[in-house]
Amino acid sequence: MNVLRATNLTKQFGKFTALDGVDLEVNKGEVFGFIGPNGAGKSTTIRILLGILNATEGRAEIFGKDVWGDAVEIHKRVAYVPGDINLWPNLTGGEVIDFFLNLRGSGNRNRREELISRFNLDPAKKCRTYSKGNRQKVALIAAFSSDADLYILDEPTSGLDPLMESIFQECVIQAKNEGKSVLLSSHILSEVEKLCDRVGIIREGKMIETGTLKELRHLTRTNFVVETKEPIVSLNELKGVHGIQKADQAVSFQVDTEELDNVLKFITSYGIIRLESAPPTLEDLFMRHYEGTSRTLESGAGGAL
Amino acid sequence: MSQLFKNAGKLTRFQLRQDRFRIPVWLISLSAVTFVTAISFVDLYQNDAERQAIAETMRNPAMTAMVGQGYGLDNYTAGAMMSHQMLLFTAIIVAIMSILLVTRHTRADEEDGRTEIIRSLPSGRLSNLTSTILLVSFTNVLLALIIGFGNYALGIESMDLEGSMLYGAALGATGIFFMALTAVFAQVSESSRGTIGLSFAVLGLAYLIRAIGDVGNETLSWFSPLGWALGAEVYVNNYWWPMLVMLGFSILLCLLAFYLNAMRDLGSGLLPSRPGRTHASLFLRSPFGLALRIQRTAIIAWAAGMFVIGVSYGSILGDLESFMEEIEIMEQMVNPVEGYSLTEQFITMLMAIMSMISTIPVMMIILKLKGEENKNRTEHVYSHAVSRSRVLGSYLILSVAVSFIMQFLAIFGLWAAGSAVMDEGISFAVMFNAGMVYLPAIFVLIGAAVCFVGVIPKLSGLTWLYLIYSFMVVYLGDLLQFPEWMNNLSPFGHIPQIPVEEVDFIHVTILIGIAIGLTVAGFIGYNRRDITG
Repeated sequence: MNVLRATNLTKQFGKFTALDGVDLEVNKGEVFGFIGPNGAGKSTTIRILLGILNATEGRAEIFGKDVWGDAVEIHKRVAYVPGDINLWPNLTGGEVIDFFLNLRGSGNRNRREELISRFNLDPAKKCRTYSKGNRQKVALIAAFSSDADLYILDEPTSGLDPLMESIFQECVIQAKNEGKSVLLSSHILSEVEKLCDRVGIIREGKMIETGTLKELRHLTRTNFVVETKEPIVSLNELKGVHGIQKADQAVSFQVDTEELDNVLKFITSYGIIRLESAPPTLEDLFMRHYEGTSRTLESGAGGAL
Repeated sequence: MSQLFKNAGKLTRFQLRQDRFRIPVWLISLSAVTFVTAISFVDLYQNDAERQAIAETMRNPAMTAMVGQGYGLDNYTAGAMMSHQMLLFTAIIVAIMSILLVTRHTRADEEDGRTEIIRSLPSGRLSNLTSTILLVSFTNVLLALIIGFGNYALGIESMDLEGSMLYGAALGATGIFFMALTAVFAQVSESSRGTIGLSFAVLGLAYLIRAIGDVGNETLSWFSPLGWALGAEVYVNNYWWPMLVMLGFSILLCLLAFYLNAMRDLGSGLLPSRPGRTHASLFLRSPFGLALRIQRTAIIAWAAGMFVIGVSYGSILGDLESFMEEIEIMEQMVNPVEGYSLTEQFITMLMAIMSMISTIPVMMIILKLKGEENKNRTEHVYSHAVSRSRVLGSYLILSVAVSFIMQFLAIFGLWAAGSAVMDEGISFAVMFNAGMVYLPAIFVLIGAAVCFVGVIPKLSGLTWLYLIYSFMVVYLGDLLQFPEWMNNLSPFGHIPQIPVEEVDFIHVTILIGIAIGLTVAGFIGYNRRDITG
């Protein structure tokens, strides 16, 4: 069952096309990672999903309701955290959290207190004195102490220290375990890799790849470092082998997923002394898609490991 | 449809919470000034004869241009004085209050991304604008009631209940009109600075149209919202219908604002934004270039504004001249001086006022440095090989240059329009001297601003208070008969009134000395203190 479904979202600002037919689906109980380079259209997509911008074309629904027409109804069950939040300078963090909870009409007082102590926020301070990280905490506490069914998080951990980041990750996992859905836009790929069930990659206003990490990994190559008793000859003639580099006794290269079997059979015949393999990281995927070339993959396994 | 306005009530209360000190301060200051003035009128003029005497001094185009038409001059009661001398001035302040409050809760919140957060919560698309309109309307209605009942409660004979309520209503209606106007500009402009700028420009235009209209062509005054407020003829004829006109226009403007708000994207304006340069011009590559570049638009707008102000005042000089010819006995005139025409005396007054208006953009330039620091932008500059004195010096040089430009344009506008409408024009040299002699006073305020920015940046807003104080004593000092020492506290009070007075080099030198002293103190402080961002 999907909680969020967007089809063919297009947004034009004057002549500039910010989004060009974006499709997106988030299922119930799923954490969906939304990644892409700066200016790719992540925030524009999110603003359309929040009913803040009106799409030029296409349709988006959350909980089966239209995001523009039924924005108010939808927002009662949605919590949003932007990447860069400005708060009202002469109100305290505590006041702002309460106002957000009050406007949504639901919220859990105990949870609010618990999160304030976990995130180590002083709610009695005026917002003008907060650093970026502390402002971010205000938004996160307000979001996670609400009874939302869908969390829309746009680079929510920017400015947080590593400790707070791990608390954020706990919050996301807890929400997921409660059967809630999360749309997480982030540049911290390790975070996405850790938390997300499925990932969508957007580039220049288009979704270029969507799927589980496992599915996406099929699209790319596994990194190998091999040391053999006898030198491997004519490795470069083998199908599906890329980026061969020799270092000391070892050789490193990448192999297309569909050719793994053949290549491994081939190299074992040379007598393996040492074999290291690493799955492609999200970063490999990301770089490959973003640059539109396989430049990083060519740079050798050492870099990818 | 009702979804569009969801939770507007809660937002209003939230905004009220943000303004829990701001709004009371506005209301208390505005009503206090009103009540104190009313009481002082009663004290100053004890009987009909004294009041009539002052009424005679008001019967000239110069006064009319400044404070509006005197509807009750034939029976110049304390009430008539209030509506003649105080209503316009107070209405302008109320308009400023509305402009600032509306911008703060609409475009400024949107610009800083706070509106986006509100919109991500269950609130309607138009809720933020609605709540702002509710809040500012409520503030203006409250002001109307406080001043209305308050004026009546003073127990002054000529200030009856109906007139007092209308006095309050005229202020409230002006406030509501400018609230609605600002709400529209908040949709049109992409920034809060732009919103405030456009709104202030219309306010200034409303004042000038009314001034020209009141002196020459009464129909013209009806094209100014300030003309409607004065057209109520409070305490004299008590016309209520101009209030209805103002409220009617306000409702139309609010509807327009709602329409524009509903059709545009969040964060965007309706005025087009065009792509800029990809490389900095050679000129921009220095602190001075940066200081000029970031304030270029504002400086050009102010320069145009100063010229318009000069032309507007100049255009009434002709009426003043013909008025003089009609009246032979001049004894009752304010401080008549032998050998000088009323026009020349009026020019000295105009020069003082125009100089103080020129001081606004000049001071803004210095205080911009503090604004940049507040927004954490100066630290980027100082991370490069740039000394503090060089940056502050750049702002200072720009400020001094702009003070000359602003004065020149105002003087030139006044002279050009004046020569066109007068039979015997005043020579440019006389006007030039009369205007430029105010530069030392402006320099003192520049010095004060530099000193605050350098030594106690938190209080740099006080420089504005000093300018407002100067404006009050010079503009209203003669009317309200402030004691001499109050006048002396303002640098503008020490400037010789050319051509009526001789150039007084001692005073001018002392003023320049004070300006230099304050500036040096500011530079020392700025080099020593912590830069906060």
